[in-house]
Amino acid sequence: MTAQPKDIATYNFAYLDEQTKRMIRRAILKGIAIPGYQVPFASREMPMPYGWGTGGVQVTASIIGPGDVLKVIDQGADDTTNAVSIRAFFKKVANVAVTTDTASATIIQTRHRIPEHPLTAGQVLVYQVPIPEPLRFLEPRETETRKMHALEEYGLMHVKLYEDIAKHGRIATTYAYPVKVEGRYVMDPSPTPKFDNPKMHRSPALQLFGAGREKRIYAVPPFTEVVSLDFEDHPFEVQTFDQPCALCAAENVYLDEVILDDHGGHMFVCSDTDHCEKRRNAPTSPLWGGRAEGAGGGLDQSTPHSTPTPALRADPPHKGEGKEKQ
Amino acid sequence: MDIAAQSIEGGFVDPVFDAQTVFRTVMDAMARPGSVQPLPAFARPPAPLSATAGAIALALCDNDTPLWLDPALQASTAIKSWLGFHTGVPLANTPADAHFALIATPAEMMALDGFSQGTQDYPDRSTTLILQVGDLVSGSPLLLEGPGIETSATIAPAQMPRHFVEQWKQNIKRFPRGVDIILATADGIACLPRTTRIKTMEA
Ligand SMILES: [Zn+2]
Repeated sequence: MTAQPKDIATYNFAYLDEQTKRMIRRAILKGIAIPGYQVPFASREMPMPYGWGTGGVQVTASIIGPGDVLKVIDQGADDTTNAVSIRAFFKKVANVAVTTDTASATIIQTRHRIPEHPLTAGQVLVYQVPIPEPLRFLEPRETETRKMHALEEYGLMHVKLYEDIAKHGRIATTYAYPVKVEGRYVMDPSPTPKFDNPKMHRSPALQLFGAGREKRIYAVPPFTEVVSLDFEDHPFEVQTFDQPCALCAAENVYLDEVILDDHGGHMFVCSDTDHCEKRRNAPTSPLWGGRAEGAGGGLDQSTPHSTPTPALRADPPHKGEGKEKQ
Repeated sequence: MDIAAQSIEGGFVDPVFDAQTVFRTVMDAMARPGSVQPLPAFARPPAPLSATAGAIALALCDNDTPLWLDPALQASTAIKSWLGFHTGVPLANTPADAHFALIATPAEMMALDGFSQGTQDYPDRSTTLILQVGDLVSGSPLLLEGPGIETSATIAPAQMPRHFVEQWKQNIKRFPRGVDIILATADGIACLPRTTRIKTMEA
């Protein structure tokens, strides 16, 4: 991120001007009323490049208030450059409290993961979405995909998934695995691993999705049906890992492969760094205390962190590029 | 107080934070249909526009969102100049052109299908109706189900439109097209997005 806001007084609260916020807020309300439908909005330039989640940043900027506690994760980690920059941005332009603790956050902005700690009513999960159109790879024309959604023509999507089965013996898509929302719209859950898809189903939290470059906002209200597309003879399955986290021994969580040296040494650790850290600090206690940092508190990026940064986090996963353990 | 003074008075005291608070309340209510979200008076519009409905208009309306006023509000020059001064909102020529509609007397309002329903391609291009109701407890109970509701929710808004349950059934049949409703009482709001199914409760 290049922009370095010097003085908060010279900025609008949460950076965006009021008219832009109103426009985005109206789009959010429509998105909530039509779950899974992509609402067009007039995306604004943000002081960061598009790959940095400008859609999610605009959604967060439009909903955030002084009483919020913000958590930002990048593929599960609070301490990557992208997450740290966005958190610092909001601390500066909205003067809000920030945290790494999932349970004490009111807004969680995410790039490609849903936290392992169950979300609760009242929390808002804001996804940074690069490509919001799940039908884009089948049909490049926006006018056509819009028609397909309007007419509920999702046959091609099923054909594509079935081709996967024919080719690989299973559905090979492991990221951005398409879902159907409340039995109507097929939706791209953003490039989260399909491991997280079941967490979207009837989540007590409100889920908002912002795509800056493609100028789309969509939403999944709490307690809404989110079903991963599949076939009777090839039901949807999440990735499984044949070993627990090397650091905290967690099972049934999403793991990243960490390269340890140049000689092929590697280990698998929790992708959710907050979850992993809490388990290591208090492995037997279910009562993990919050530690929200007050607004204007110390530098949040200075939090000591012993989790090695997985090499995989340097690049966003691409569609179909899985690392499924077979 | 003359109309000029009346139209300048009564807006948000703190426009940025008041708008955020009001929006967030509407967002929570829309995300959890049937939940009653408290909303203290952030605006003091001329009567009969209520403080709650007025604040929602201030938070969401501007020169991009044609607004429809029901006859009771339409009749008030003070209300039109208050809304114009604080939001710059243009009045819609017809209900079908309206992005938002303010309804002071829902019991006398026109049919829901007279407002913009959006299109099959762009179902978001529909009217959001803001209905001023006396309360959410003394009318016919409405049992609600659908997205945003864990099992079921119940509200009993007073002074609702005639044949509302029947009209709402038609609204649901038009999905993804259809209108969304914000019910505004003196101190709180509840929402009925187009996905909410109403089951009438037998007494
Ligand atoms: Zn771990």
